[in-house]
Amino acid sequence: MAAAEGSGAAGPLFAGLADVSISEDIPVEGEITVPVGSRSPDEDYSTLDEPVRDTIMRDLKAVGKKFVHVMYPKKSSALLRDWDLWGPLVLCVSLALMLQGGSADSKDDGGPQFAEVFVIIWFGAVVITLNSKLLGGTISFFQSLCVLGYCVLPLTVAMLVCRLVLLAGSGTISFIIRLIVVVAMFGWSTLASTAFLADSQPPNRKALVVYPIFLFYFVISWMILTFTPQ
Amino acid sequence: MSAPGAAAGGRSGTAADWGGFEDNMQGGGSAVIDMENMDDTSGSSFEDMGEMHQRMKEEEEEEAAEGEAGAAEEEDGEFLGMKGLRGQLGRQVADQMWQVGKRQASRAFSLYANIDILRPYFDVEPVQVRTRLLESMIPVKMINFPQKIAGELYGPLMLVFTLVAILLHGMKTSDTIIREGTLMGTAIGTCFGYWLGVSSFIYFLAYLCNAQITMVQMLSLLGYGLFGHCITLFVTYNIHFHSLFYIFWLGVGGLSTLRMVAVLVSRTVGHTQRLILCGTLAALHMLFLLYLHFAYHKVVEGILDTLEGPNMPPFQRVARDIPVVSNAVLNTTAKAIALTL
Repeated sequence: MAAAEGSGAAGPLFAGLADVSISEDIPVEGEITVPVGSRSPDEDYSTLDEPVRDTIMRDLKAVGKKFVHVMYPKKSSALLRDWDLWGPLVLCVSLALMLQGGSADSKDDGGPQFAEVFVIIWFGAVVITLNSKLLGGTISFFQSLCVLGYCVLPLTVAMLVCRLVLLAGSGTISFIIRLIVVVAMFGWSTLASTAFLADSQPPNRKALVVYPIFLFYFVISWMILTFTPQ
Repeated sequence: MSAPGAAAGGRSGTAADWGGFEDNMQGGGSAVIDMENMDDTSGSSFEDMGEMHQRMKEEEEEEAAEGEAGAAEEEDGEFLGMKGLRGQLGRQVADQMWQVGKRQASRAFSLYANIDILRPYFDVEPVQVRTRLLESMIPVKMINFPQKIAGELYGPLMLVFTLVAILLHGMKTSDTIIREGTLMGTAIGTCFGYWLGVSSFIYFLAYLCNAQITMVQMLSLLGYGLFGHCITLFVTYNIHFHSLFYIFWLGVGGLSTLRMVAVLVSRTVGHTQRLILCGTLAALHMLFLLYLHFAYHKVVEGILDTLEGPNMPPFQRVARDIPVVSNAVLNTTAKAIALTL
């Protein structure tokens, strides 16, 4: 070190660096890999070399777990913690497809169009989220979007039931059955989303946050109830 | 071959002009300063534009310079000075434009990103919203003292969305077909267009008539005024009696209109101003309710025989009764105004 400093001082600035000599007897070799601690598979498993099937299954499992959470709305933060928009997308598309019905090819397209359902769901969710943010809620944008999207699940189920009932026939009894199913599922959706979202709101303003959610699911369920295949 | 000669003559002529100009320029030392400023390299696209412009000028001037073969070396220097002056002028303008544009863009972005700006207008309690909804139906006859208007946007926004939902319902049940658009878009456009458009218009009128009201207060006032519309339309889209609609229209719609008119009257000075402002607002508000009802009303009678024809165009949004009723509207609004004044 002393020799290196001496030569550095003698020459111009930084020129001494080239003169630093490593004595011949030290072999220039060593461990290149970065030393890491005990590697546990839970901590940093690499998803790069796993089969694609595993990746897809893991994501599907996460989506399915959230579906279960919506159907049994406990006070759980799993739906909030790791949000995704796959479930909402699937639910929204399936609901829109079912509502589309046979009116695509018929001239009289009074029924709800695919784009309309899609826009109502996403636009409505965005409006509710912005509203809750404006009222002072402590929830991130996509978390709220995720919860609202997943809570469409009961209504999608109601739509499925309605179509099955409509296959059997359309009369007063069928309408009453559909009415009961849709109202029940509407209540379910609203309660589930309220259970997830209410904690993030200031306690005195819950009613103000719940009203747009109520309106949102009410419009969707009303569309489902009035749906009749052409 | 004569044309190039003429061109060369022209060029020498311009060169002479340049020379004359240079003589003027030589007095001041500005050329040197400009040369110094040539090499500031702040990277803005507007400056690039300026440089491009400058380069084009340079090319033109090079052509001119070719004409005079025996130009002295120092004249080149003078040329550069000239170009520097012009370039700097353009650059200053471009720089200014760039700065203004950047400031506006950053302000818009911060508006978009910063939702906190809107938060004061959403600072309400459920009880307050309830009382305001009820108050929107109770006209207060207190003209001498300016009535209080809460600058709040939660209630109006929710009422507008409710109106959108009710309108969608009405459109669906009336089998309205809208070409080149969706029902959803039409409903949203109608409601928000009315709310924002009429608020801005009345605000403009209020400005002209010297009424003491701000834009947010106007939005809030008109938004809460839509509560009557919501009730009326919700009932009459489901129960189809014309007489019931007219009762609701005059009763509920009239009450909410009267409330807005009373508030506006209390904040305006002068009879003419009051008449203009309140007459416009009352007419617009009542006619809008009429339009919403009849445009998207379920048409039960009278449509069946017209649809018999094979090539009938689909039923468009036709307001059937409006021409007959509009006179009645004007009369009633006039009466209402006369009553309030």
